[in-house]
Amino acid sequence: MSAVVNAPAHDHHEDHGHHHKQTFISKYIFSFDHKMVAKQFLITGLLMGIVGIGMSILFRIQLAWPEQSFAIFEALLGKWAPEGVMTPNIYLALVTIHGTIMVFFVLTAGLSGTFSNLLIPLQIGARDMASGFMNMLSYWLFFLACVIMLCSLFVEAGPASSGWTIYPPLSALPQAIGGSGMGMTLWLVSMALFIASQLLGGINYIVTVINLRTKGMSMTRLPLTIWAFFVTAILGLVSFPVLLSAALLLIMDRSFGTSFFLSDIFLDGEVLSHHGGSPVLFEHLFWFLGHPEVYIVILPALGITSEVVATNSRKPIFGYRAMIASILAIGFLSTIVWGHHMFVSGMNPFLGSVFTFTTLLIAIPSAVKAFNYITTLWKGNLQMNPGMLFSIGLVSTFITGGLTGIILGDSTLDINVHDTYFVVAHFHLVMGISALYGLFAGVYHWFPKMFGRMMNKNLGYIHFWVTAVGAYGVFFPMHFLGMAGLPRRYYTNTAFPYFDDLADINVIVTVCAIITALVQLVFIYNFFSSMFYGKKATMNPWKSNTLEWTTPVEHIHGNWPGELPVVYRWAYDYSKTNSDGEYVITGQDYVPQNIPMQENEEDLHH
Amino acid sequence: MDATVVRTGTEGKTWGGGNQPLGASYGKLMMWFFILSDALTFTGFLSAYGFSRFKFADSWPIPDEVFNHFPFLHGVDAPMYYVALMTFILIFSSVTMVLAVDAGHQMKQGKVTTYMFLTIIGGLIFLGSQAWEWSNFISGEYGALKTKGGKILQFVDGEGHRVALEDIAVIQESERTTHRENTGVWFEGGSTVSEFTLEGIKEGFAASDDLYIRTLDFNEEGEKTILSREESQNWLDNNVTGIVEGANLTENEYGPPLFADFFFFITGFHGFHVASGVIINIIIFFNVILGTYERRGSYEMVEKVGLYWHFVDLVWVFVFTFFYLV
Repeated sequence: MSAVVNAPAHDHHEDHGHHHKQTFISKYIFSFDHKMVAKQFLITGLLMGIVGIGMSILFRIQLAWPEQSFAIFEALLGKWAPEGVMTPNIYLALVTIHGTIMVFFVLTAGLSGTFSNLLIPLQIGARDMASGFMNMLSYWLFFLACVIMLCSLFVEAGPASSGWTIYPPLSALPQAIGGSGMGMTLWLVSMALFIASQLLGGINYIVTVINLRTKGMSMTRLPLTIWAFFVTAILGLVSFPVLLSAALLLIMDRSFGTSFFLSDIFLDGEVLSHHGGSPVLFEHLFWFLGHPEVYIVILPALGITSEVVATNSRKPIFGYRAMIASILAIGFLSTIVWGHHMFVSGMNPFLGSVFTFTTLLIAIPSAVKAFNYITTLWKGNLQMNPGMLFSIGLVSTFITGGLTGIILGDSTLDINVHDTYFVVAHFHLVMGISALYGLFAGVYHWFPKMFGRMMNKNLGYIHFWVTAVGAYGVFFPMHFLGMAGLPRRYYTNTAFPYFDDLADINVIVTVCAIITALVQLVFIYNFFSSMFYGKKATMNPWKSNTLEWTTPVEHIHGNWPGELPVVYRWAYDYSKTNSDGEYVITGQDYVPQNIPMQENEEDLHH
Repeated sequence: MDATVVRTGTEGKTWGGGNQPLGASYGKLMMWFFILSDALTFTGFLSAYGFSRFKFADSWPIPDEVFNHFPFLHGVDAPMYYVALMTFILIFSSVTMVLAVDAGHQMKQGKVTTYMFLTIIGGLIFLGSQAWEWSNFISGEYGALKTKGGKILQFVDGEGHRVALEDIAVIQESERTTHRENTGVWFEGGSTVSEFTLEGIKEGFAASDDLYIRTLDFNEEGEKTILSREESQNWLDNNVTGIVEGANLTENEYGPPLFADFFFFITGFHGFHVASGVIINIIIFFNVILGTYERRGSYEMVEKVGLYWHFVDLVWVFVFTFFYLV
């Protein structure tokens, strides 16, 4: 491919590509085509999501009816649930792997892996990613990471159990608990592959956006999805390598006797030789990734929402440039706030006040985004498609979860609720549920582009409304549990009479969780059955402006059969009228990006 | 709608689309972003090093005393001379790399070959030097004592010169015998037992008046504290638990365990980068010889590996600064 390195980058696909005879393996398995890679990421992500959510249901059952016998435990957990009672060890393991899978495998790879791959080339008008080979490699490394993570569930001593943040010393001493042995090793191997996959993917996304935009597609004409994916990829490139640093040092501590994170430890009455290290150092390194990571999760969801809300409100997005600025601001600020995860870690309290300041600054761009969504919706001609509903749902949960973030971001207030269910409620709403809503919105909206068929709307409505009510049913009561002081990650709270009054709330939460999880099966059914039996999609089912809807329904390698489209306007000319009050194009309330400026049309954007 | 007639409104703009706004091909940009990412990994390590060193700021070893060897000059105090030399060689290999890239721009295959070869040689010399540094670091020179609290105690004479344990210790009759495979005794391999014992060192210390114990703590003048005879005797009698010779990942004769841990890890990780750089350079070198880039009409691959090579050198400058100079 380097032979044409100096030629304009999109040319080298035109002379070959869609005339190759493709075998099953090159089309479906080791595919270089970004659309296929996107589908691979999506389906793998969804399968991992089933595992992750399934785990949460298991430990929610334990929390609601502690130490009672359930046939499902016996069936699924085997020796970890003697006579159907979940053991504490597997409870911790489930919590750990649930967090890991949801954060990394579903909401990072499943969300930005899917939609960055699908939308970046299609929306900027490129034949494919800059390097199809690296794209393929990125998926398969991710797949390998998934397989190893799932394998670690079957290790004899149990999977990693020290929480998804794997703080040492618990994670650093193989002899500490069962899960710190082989389970932890596999966890680290899996994450190392995952980081490599993110690196290959991220480099590709960034370079594609920089170099392969079609003629006329200036940075300020990009759909906001692309801006979000672009900044997400940069964030991943900056923060994941630091997690790699932490993981490598941890491996040295675990296996080679170094003392980076360990000091003065007694185990089984013996003093260990480790001397001088500090677990706080690990926390710094981990959260330097960990915090940007939550924005890696939420930014693509916000980008998708911007696009879906504008299309389905038949209005231009409100404050396009402010949206770009807020994405950039969130991206920048996210790298200087990691200390707010460490207010009570023993870090210098003065640092706490600095991190409080930077953390609260993030409220500004976040609020800009929330207000811009609301003002875009305001007086819009709302098309209540399932994708739109999930986008509005995202705005709701993003605000609800964001408000508690202000409380948690303040070091003095945080002391009271840290490590309680208040924190659990906060981050599940603001990054968990919001990002999942973004994922669902994206799937409902771009399903016709991915599979050439429409998803069933009515099933979509059932999915949305039960999920929306159920998710709030799970996470809203948790705020009260947290303010009452209930600590997170405890196997059971029955040992503390003080918490007896809260037992019923835990039952409500669990019942809601089960209902919400079950209704996801409706989505899964809808997804897979629509793939084969859904209504055939038209080229532009949502009457949208962006370039992906100018490609034929049938996928071809290279995306556009003829020449690449040329862009003449931004992505948000919805309901645009001339001075006489008529739509710019008569009888059509949208003007796709590849339509040149019409006569007498006023140039409203930049 | 003929695209060639209608204007997009972004003609001539750098970021207007349909061009390469940074004037670089996607491959070169990818290398740049990979370097950004890798730089952050090293930043993580060096920040961790700073964090840990700050914790031991009052007792960190003085690099001039640790890295003072030079090949063929045994026993000569040559602080930093060799590190300076190998740094120079590595940086010089960057210069030859620049010349290779430049020759590539002029499509001069012969010159590219020569300069790539010199770059590879520079990288190999650097790797060899690092191995030599490591071996000196691992075997150590003077040896030290370790206390219950994990402190390191070193011996000096009245003028403040370091004295090696082997010059102090009185060799005692030992009940231990060394078994080897040829004696037919079944055994599991173990670490070599030191020739001398703690008792022998105590005896040797008592026998000589001109011996003092030096701790790693800095005094007000910024020098390591030398204890009086009485204090030295006191430490020897009450706190010392063993002998440390050389360095490994759990203990070392120079200072806190973290000193050696970070030294091994960061120079090792950098060395791994240099080694992979050399391997990549060798691959490209052979491609140059085979004329691959001549046929391709562009030596851009040389430029891309050049970027990586310069990055590896730049990282060494930082490692050198933080480990050896500061």
